[in-house]
Amino acid sequence: MAEILEEAAIREICQAHDCNRARLLDIARAVHKKCGYISGHAMNLIADELSTHRVEVESLVSFYSFLSDKPRGRIVIRLCNDIIDQMNGAQLVGRAFSEELGIDFGRTASDGAITLEHTACIGMCDQAPAALINDVVVTNLSSDKAREIVRELRQHTDPQRLVKHLGDGNNAHELVNSMVQNNVRLPGPSIFSPVNRGEALRKALVMSPAEVIRAIKTARLRGRGGAGFPTGMKWEFARAAPGDRKFVFCNADEGEPGTFKDRAILTERADRVFAGMTIAGYAIGASEGILYLRGEYAYLRPFLEHVLQKRREDGLLGDDIFAAEREPAPPKPAGERDVHRRPGTAGRRPFSFDIRIQMGAGAYVCGEETALINSCEGMRGDPRNRPPFPAQEGFLGCPTVVNNVETLCCAAKILEEGPATFNQYGSEQSSGTKLLSISGDCRRPGIYEVSFGIELSEVLEMCGARDAIAVQVGGASGEMVAPDQYDRTICFDDLCTGGAIMVFGPGRNVLEIARSFMDFFVEESCGYCTPCRVGNVLLRERLEKILDAKGEPADLEYLEALCRTIKTGSRCGLGQTSANPVLTTLKNFRKVYEVMVQEDREGLKRSFDLQRAVAEAEELCGRESIHNHV
Amino acid sequence: MAKPKIATTSLAGCFGCHMSLLDIDERILELVELVEFDKSPVDDIKNFTGRCAIGLVEGGCCNEHNVDVLREFRRHCDILISVGDCATMGGIPALRNTVPLRECLDEAFVNGPSVHNPDGKYPDDPEIPLILDKVYPAHEVVKIDYFLPGCPPTADTLWEALVALLNDKPVELPYQLVKYD
Ligand SMILES: Cc1cc2nc3c(=O)[nH]c(=O)nc-3n(C[C@H](O)[C@H](O)[C@H](O)COP(=O)(O)O)c2cc1C
Ligand code: SF4
Ligand code: SF4
Ligand code: FES
Repeated sequence: MAEILEEAAIREICQAHDCNRARLLDIARAVHKKCGYISGHAMNLIADELSTHRVEVESLVSFYSFLSDKPRGRIVIRLCNDIIDQMNGAQLVGRAFSEELGIDFGRTASDGAITLEHTACIGMCDQAPAALINDVVVTNLSSDKAREIVRELRQHTDPQRLVKHLGDGNNAHELVNSMVQNNVRLPGPSIFSPVNRGEALRKALVMSPAEVIRAIKTARLRGRGGAGFPTGMKWEFARAAPGDRKFVFCNADEGEPGTFKDRAILTERADRVFAGMTIAGYAIGASEGILYLRGEYAYLRPFLEHVLQKRREDGLLGDDIFAAEREPAPPKPAGERDVHRRPGTAGRRPFSFDIRIQMGAGAYVCGEETALINSCEGMRGDPRNRPPFPAQEGFLGCPTVVNNVETLCCAAKILEEGPATFNQYGSEQSSGTKLLSISGDCRRPGIYEVSFGIELSEVLEMCGARDAIAVQVGGASGEMVAPDQYDRTICFDDLCTGGAIMVFGPGRNVLEIARSFMDFFVEESCGYCTPCRVGNVLLRERLEKILDAKGEPADLEYLEALCRTIKTGSRCGLGQTSANPVLTTLKNFRKVYEVMVQEDREGLKRSFDLQRAVAEAEELCGRESIHNHV
Repeated sequence: MAKPKIATTSLAGCFGCHMSLLDIDERILELVELVEFDKSPVDDIKNFTGRCAIGLVEGGCCNEHNVDVLREFRRHCDILISVGDCATMGGIPALRNTVPLRECLDEAFVNGPSVHNPDGKYPDDPEIPLILDKVYPAHEVVKIDYFLPGCPPTADTLWEALVALLNDKPVELPYQLVKYD
């Protein structure tokens, strides 16, 4: 009986998505939520409804870490075990969870209620250790809190009730209800400045699309997602690309470990982000937008949907935006004022634009723009070959602009106040301000809006980390900077970052940190390119050998050569940057490696352990190795 | 001046690489003009008599005896060469690396179709070296200076490499001698 009901429910979910193959990710998420996992039978049903093959469904399920093909608990605890959390005691917290539940990580408790897992950075590095319990974020964990959480969950099974104190700002909004703190330590002139809803959009709509693009170009806006591509140029390409249907994507995947600034923007300035998307739509001639929200930020979704709905109600989104201002003003009853009505937009052609939210499902590589597009088409988040670039051929083959959350915010700000105001901050090549998300060994972790061109030493001073022995700029794929380079500057030409600044204090081992980053890349590689799939594993193995004090000088050359192979032989940005932690520590912290490696005088390999190699045979054969007697 | 010495050994290999060395045919006469064979199955010398210029290693290490021999080679030879795919990568013997050791031994000594072993015990004569947890390529056990790929490397490959090394020339083998596809 239960099976029949479940079958009906699965078919219903598919039908609610019009049995659209491109919505497979949403369907899989919904089925997963309904059934707790996606069984082989469920895969068959979905494939049947969508007129596709089971292998397509299975392949998608196996790709995303939030989807499972084996039964899991109704409650899934995902504890972040990236380096920042480790430094803040995630191991102890993990042990407490494990003991209290009586299971190891990767297992489900015997009553089937709770599953315990590790996860990569969930964007809460400023309040680590942190975990996701289903969609609910719990922060600043300790082993006591972990035990308490398990006890409570056993009683009431409702993760939301674990939230006892609400965070600041909109984290306390009834649709967010989260304990997350914004930790905006230094609000600057751009992103977090007060929003006058509708202003940027109204100003854009009195201009021609070409003028809007010119304004973005004049402001010299470059992408904030990490790569720094000129935004105006991207929009222009998409505008010029042939096709009636175009798309604007906002990349809110924020998966780079150490990055959490988009989290705060979405919480506090969602309106500005949506304004930016709408303006981009107007500029390139698109009427559809998608916000790709990482699965870890699902707690923000109801709130974001609400903001979108309000924009629709207020005529800032949907059919014929600012329609009232476009029409020649009808005579109005005496004494009534219409706040929306301003001069200037009359006479332009109607412009319609709407936005939907696409949820991710736990895959870092989906932040890569072509993987993100694949994911939105209901496929595995494997990156595509480029060219064609998304601006030429993106979502469903249509020209698509993909921009970071912060970039779109900046775009709105440029329209609000004009390029000159935006430009007065930063430098020639890197104009404007940048949000930094700072975590690790510093007194004031959180979000800082700084002008481009700021020296790293000043950043460290600001966040209270004068004694830092190393700073990783740009997240796991970034650069490890040594103290003698703290006079370098944050900008696109020197230390380029999507925002992540991870600070490491006295006593930290940069090799351990690099190893931890390699764990991340090994886990997150999509596996398409051999240099990335295999190379990252080999890099980690060799690092471990060195950390084990079994390394030799030749290992350093090996590492360097392998890093080059991975960098040059990989298809997407993940593989092209995954070797950076090793390469930059080799370059900037050479001494740390050199004291760990040693040549054996007789040419024997120190990493080969004969005793360990024969141990099993000794046991099976019940006698000792002859070497034990010499 | 005394002729340089050369030593060879077959560890976890099939002797195919040694056969390939013999395949240099009449050039073997030239070779003995150039070098003196030390420890090697070719002349059946069991122990090193002195320092060698070159050691040729066939096969990786599958048991503790292989490790001893390989280490001895490293200590006695100026240049050590991994000859063939077994030495270089483990080769055929390394196919067992994915199978648990107990299963390997059971198949060999207990369950195999041609095995007669009523008490089901593994042979335990102390003369039999203990098997390693997996087969290791030679360079994971000692430092290796050159690798000659192939299963086996052709006689010409071996010849060219030896002649170059003995004449202090760089080992630059033409593509045809090191390509196998
Ligand atoms: C592995 C990988 C992960 C990425 N993750 C993100 C991300 O989480 N957010 C983001 O905005 N860009 C990310 N990017 C960069 C995007 O591919 C793309 O360049 C960016 O969204 C463009 O927006 P922008 O020009 O506004 O920066 C990632 C790139 C790679 C290679
Ligand atoms: S570089 Fe890595 S993540 Fe990128 S496509 Fe290749 S295998 Fe996938
Ligand atoms: S490489 Fe080939 S020929 Fe040489 S020992 Fe191994 S199996 Fe035999
Ligand atoms: S939340 Fe754990 S490293 Fe970011």
